[in-house]
Amino acid sequence: MIFELIPSALRMATPLGCAALGGIYSERAGVINLALEGMMLIGAFGYIVGTQGSGSTWIGLLVGISCGMATALLHAVATVTFQAEQVVTGIGINILALGITEYLSPPPEQVGGLPHWQLPLIGSYNFIVYLLPILMVASHIFLFKTPWGLRLRAAGESTEALAALSLSRSKWQYLGILLSGLLAGTGGCFLASEVHYFTKGMTAGRGYLALAAVIFGNWRPLSGVSACFLFGFATALELTNRWNIPGQLLHSLPYILTMVVLIGFVGTSRPPASLGKI
Amino acid sequence: MNIRKSLISLLRGRTSQSRKFFLSCIPPLLAIFGFFLSCGIVVHIRGQDALEFYSIILSSGFASFDDFGYVLFNATPLVFTGLAVAIGYKSGLFNIGCEGQLYTAAFAAAGVGMHLNLPAFLLIPLCIGSAMIAGGVWGAVPGLLKAKYGAHEVINTIMMNFIAFALMNYLVTSVYQEPGQMIPQTPQIHETARIPRLASFVPFLPQSNPLNASFLIACGCVVLSYIFLTYTPWGYELRLVGNARDVAAYGRINPRTVTVWVMALSGAVAGLAGVAEVMGYRYRYLDSFSAGWGFTGIAVALLGRNNPFGILAAAVLFGLLNKVALDIDILLGIPRGLFLAGQGMLIIWLVSIEGISRKKNDF
Repeated sequence: MIFELIPSALRMATPLGCAALGGIYSERAGVINLALEGMMLIGAFGYIVGTQGSGSTWIGLLVGISCGMATALLHAVATVTFQAEQVVTGIGINILALGITEYLSPPPEQVGGLPHWQLPLIGSYNFIVYLLPILMVASHIFLFKTPWGLRLRAAGESTEALAALSLSRSKWQYLGILLSGLLAGTGGCFLASEVHYFTKGMTAGRGYLALAAVIFGNWRPLSGVSACFLFGFATALELTNRWNIPGQLLHSLPYILTMVVLIGFVGTSRPPASLGKI
Repeated sequence: MNIRKSLISLLRGRTSQSRKFFLSCIPPLLAIFGFFLSCGIVVHIRGQDALEFYSIILSSGFASFDDFGYVLFNATPLVFTGLAVAIGYKSGLFNIGCEGQLYTAAFAAAGVGMHLNLPAFLLIPLCIGSAMIAGGVWGAVPGLLKAKYGAHEVINTIMMNFIAFALMNYLVTSVYQEPGQMIPQTPQIHETARIPRLASFVPFLPQSNPLNASFLIACGCVVLSYIFLTYTPWGYELRLVGNARDVAAYGRINPRTVTVWVMALSGAVAGLAGVAEVMGYRYRYLDSFSAGWGFTGIAVALLGRNNPFGILAAAVLFGLLNKVALDIDILLGIPRGLFLAGQGMLIIWLVSIEGISRKKNDF
C-alpha cells in the first residue's frame, strides 16, 4: 500500500528537494529567499523554450538552469549590492516571473522529457530523481566539511568572523544565491520535463513549499530533503485519496506541520543568526 | 543627485516637513515613469505603435465616467490590502498573508449574509463585522506565534495563506456549494446584505458599472487609518514599536502585545477586500476569486510610501493598470503578463532605491 505511493511521492518530492537545497544555500548565506517560486517558474519556462528551440532536452535543461540563475542574479543584485528588503524583493521577483512567462508564453506544443533511467529494484525515473540524493549529500559535505562551506555559513551566521578574516560577505552571498538559482532552476526543469508543456503559474506554490521544507529541516540539506519526501508523501496521499480524507486537509498538512515546527513543539528550528540582516 | 540638490534649494525656506515629504515622492514617481517608459519600449520592440499604446492607456481609464468607474472598482480591494500591509510595516511586521485573510473574511461575510435574514441596517454591519473578525483572527495567529515563540511572521503568514486556500476550497466544494452547480461557489447572499452600487446614486454612471459603496468605505478607511496612525496613542505605540523597539519597552509599551493586535488589525483591514468582493460585487463566495490582491497590496503600500493617502493614489494607479491590461489585450493583442511583469519590476526598483538611500545614510 505504502509502496504504491512511492513513485508519485518521488515525483512530487524531487522538484521540491532541488528548490529546498537551493533555499538552504541562500539562507545559510544570510539572504531570505522567497524568490524560489519565481526561479522555479522561469526555470520551467526556460526548459520548454530551450527544448522547443533546439529540439534537444539537454539544451533545454541548460537554458532552464541558466534562466533560473539569471533570476537569482537579479535577486542577488537587488538584495546584496543594493541592500534591498529581501522579503519584498522575493515577492517582486515572483510577480515578475509570473508576468514575464505569461507575456512570452511559449506555444502549447508538447516537448520531450529528460531521459528516464531504468534501475533494478527501483524502477524507471527521470534522472534528476537519482541526482537529488547525490546533490543532497554533496551539499551536506560542501556546507559542513569544507572551508568554503564554513565561509558561506559565516556570511549568514557571523559577519564579524568574515570581516576578521578580511573576506567579502557579499561574494559569498552572491555564491549562495546563484547556487539557489541553479538548483531551483533544475527543479523547474524537472517539473516542465514531467508535464511536457508550459502552463501559466505551473509551479503553483512549490517554491513556498520548498521554503517551508528548508525551515522544517532546520536549514540542513539532509533533513531539508527528507522534509520534501514527507511533503511528497502527503501530496501522493491526496492524489490516491483512499480513506476519504478531504484532499484539502492533506494538502495543508505540510503547512500546518511547518508552523508547529516553528513554534518549537517538534524539535527546534533555528535560523542562521544574520538571516535577513542587511 | 543633482535633481535632489536642486529640489532642496527650490524648497529652501519652507518647513523641513514639507521638504521631506516632497523628496519622499521622487522615487515612486521615477519608478512609475520608468514603468511606463519601459512598457512603451517593449511595445515598440514588438513592432507596434508606442504612441497608440499610450493613447489607449489614457482613453481606457479616463474616456468616460463608465471607464473611470471601472478603474475605481478595480482599485477598491487594493486600497484595503495596501493599508493592511502598511499598518503591519509601520510596526516592523511583514504581512504577506493578506491573500489568506481576505479569503477567510470573504467566506465569513458570505456565510453570515447567506444564513441570516435581517434588515439591511443590521445585516450589513453584522456581515462586515464577522468578516473583519475572520480576517483578524487569520492575521492574529502569526502575530501571536511571533510574540509568544518568536516564529517569523513572514513564513507563518505564507503558511496561513495556503491553509486558507485549502480550507476555503474544502468549504466551498464540499459543504456550502450551490446545489446543482459545477462552479465552486456558494449560493447568493440575501438582498439586504448587499452593498449598493453607486450607479443608482450617481447620474453619469451607467447601471452596468460595478463600482459600489465599498469604494466609499475604502476612502473612509484611508482617512481613519491616517488619523489612527498619526494622532491616536495606539498609532503612536504601533510606530514606536516599529522604529525603536527598546524605547517602546522602556516606555512601558509591551512590543509583544502590540505585535498581536497590529497583525489582527492588519488582517481585519485586509479582510475588507473580501467584503468588497462578496457584498459589493459578486453577492456570493467564488473559489479563488482574488487576482493576487494580497500581493499587489505590497506593491501598493511600497509605491504609496506607507502613507494612507499615497496608498489610495497608488491603488487607483494599479486599478487603472488592471483596466488598461484588459483593453491592451483586446485592442493590441499584447498579453496581460506585460503589466504583471512591470509590476514585479516596479517592486524590485522601489526596494532597491530604498536600500541604496539607506546605505548612503549609514556612512
